Amino acid sequence: MSAMDAAKRSWPAPSAGRVPLWVYSDPDVYALEQERVFAGPTWNYVGLEVEIPNPGDYRRTFIGEKSVVVTRTKDGAVHCFLNKCTHRGVEFCRTDCGNARNFMCPYHQWVFDLKGNLIGVPFRKGVKGQGGMPEDFDFKDHPARPLKVEVVNGVIFASFDHDVPPFKDYLGESMYHYFTRVFDGRGLRLLGHERQDIPCNWKLMQENIKDPYHASLLHVFLVTFGLFRADQKSEVKLDPSGAHAVLVSRKGEQKAGEGLEEMASFKADYALKDPRLLDPVKEFPDANTVIMQTIFPNLIVQQQSNTLATRQIIPKGPNNFELYWTFFGYENDDEAMVTRRLRQANLMGPAGLVSVDDGEVLEFTQNGARPHPGDLAVMEMGGHDHADTDHMVTEAAIRGFYEHYARVMGFKREGA
Amino acid sequence: MELQFEVERLLYEYVQTLDDGHLERWPVFFTEECTYQVIARDNFDRGLPLALIRCESRDMLHDRVTALQQANVYGPRYLRHLVSNPRVVERHEESVLVQSNFAVLRTMLDEPTKIFLAGRYLDRIVVDSGVLRFSEKRCIYDTLLIPNSVTYPV
Repeated sequence: MSAMDAAKRSWPAPSAGRVPLWVYSDPDVYALEQERVFAGPTWNYVGLEVEIPNPGDYRRTFIGEKSVVVTRTKDGAVHCFLNKCTHRGVEFCRTDCGNARNFMCPYHQWVFDLKGNLIGVPFRKGVKGQGGMPEDFDFKDHPARPLKVEVVNGVIFASFDHDVPPFKDYLGESMYHYFTRVFDGRGLRLLGHERQDIPCNWKLMQENIKDPYHASLLHVFLVTFGLFRADQKSEVKLDPSGAHAVLVSRKGEQKAGEGLEEMASFKADYALKDPRLLDPVKEFPDANTVIMQTIFPNLIVQQQSNTLATRQIIPKGPNNFELYWTFFGYENDDEAMVTRRLRQANLMGPAGLVSVDDGEVLEFTQNGARPHPGDLAVMEMGGHDHADTDHMVTEAAIRGFYEHYARVMGFKREGA
Repeated sequence: MELQFEVERLLYEYVQTLDDGHLERWPVFFTEECTYQVIARDNFDRGLPLALIRCESRDMLHDRVTALQQANVYGPRYLRHLVSNPRVVERHEESVLVQSNFAVLRTMLDEPTKIFLAGRYLDRIVVDSGVLRFSEKRCIYDTLLIPNSVTYPV
């Protein structure tokens, strides 16, 4: 098998609600994803503008497994290019962030400017008349490969495909509305990063945030404190392609309601000794308190109470990915709001009172599924389609994801 | 000399209590008004305020323990803390600032023991009701990419 052979695979079920477990572990499928998903016509999150505010500022990150550098030039524009020297393939930028005039490859000192143009090759004309590059060697032919960049209200996206549609069209009107709820054009304030190595396939993370069914069962913290619960007013919405989705909900009371008897996680007598941890204030015009948005292929935007974060998915092989969390607030937050956001950050991240459950359960899922690539997962809660719904008892957004994924990967459906 | 001894005894008892699984005794090592933070080294160095865990009182430490015991879902594991090189770096009238190194080893059921986290403690230690306690404990970890989850206290 190879990525080429993987492209000839077919989806062994008539619907996207039955998912072959080989999607989580097959190395050839993984290799094909690197080409068709991450290097394909997709917008990939690569950071926030507030992380590179000044000319010369840069950050190093990844799209799929490929290392890229995101820079700001003197004219204020944002650029993104492959972090790979065109000479011998060396990853020339080795620090996470900083300020630079240009990037010099450490191996043979080829120099790239802040747009990725090759501007220097030592001994190009040889030494004492000996050696050097051939006459026809032209710097212009060897830039660090530039990506297409779009900055959307402070959020930076990049694409290997220069024909990718504009971000707004890529996301669709309804998803763009939710995206610009949090990224509404206000200046952002960077609070910090958290990095988590989760031993499971990257798609399980996308699924996790498209799956409201688990959220109201697995997470005692969400259920008990009414932060996200199946008996609350809520919605699942998708873009027409199924690629992107949001889970929308509102904080409810810590009390019994219909369906609660099936939520083993609800603990009526559970209380906090220091309730400051859960002291949310309303800060958006609508009444929703949770909006979790998944953007294909590598971004989750988290709006849970007052804790706001992007979660970037960086695949590291079929059985592993990094989740890179960036917590932020707004430039005009007062001190109390900054403290509130930092306090509520206790719910999220690698030590999050909510999200620890996810990282652990995703690991269990990978361990359970990996030895059974020929089996199918059943994701038929709420039916077979991926239409918008106004409740949480559905896996519609996961089905939408796999509809889109199978299309992008070129997997034809059997028996459809 | 006696201070050094008392400080070391506090640090060793602290980690031994965690490794023995006496989570309910963890908050007792802190003053009632205290701060406990687990912070990534890069955030700390850049002055970014985000912490992986941020407790602002002994009650919040208790809430962490309750969550661990009653709320969170995680695979079984043993953790073992190694503390070394404790040094008093500042002396004040009411407190001392102590820095030490830590390494946390993690043993999962189906894996050999691995180094889970490495870093340093930056502790403000005071005398409270006749015993030494932490009024501030910052666990600044070098292991930026965390192996899945931090469940138990560092």
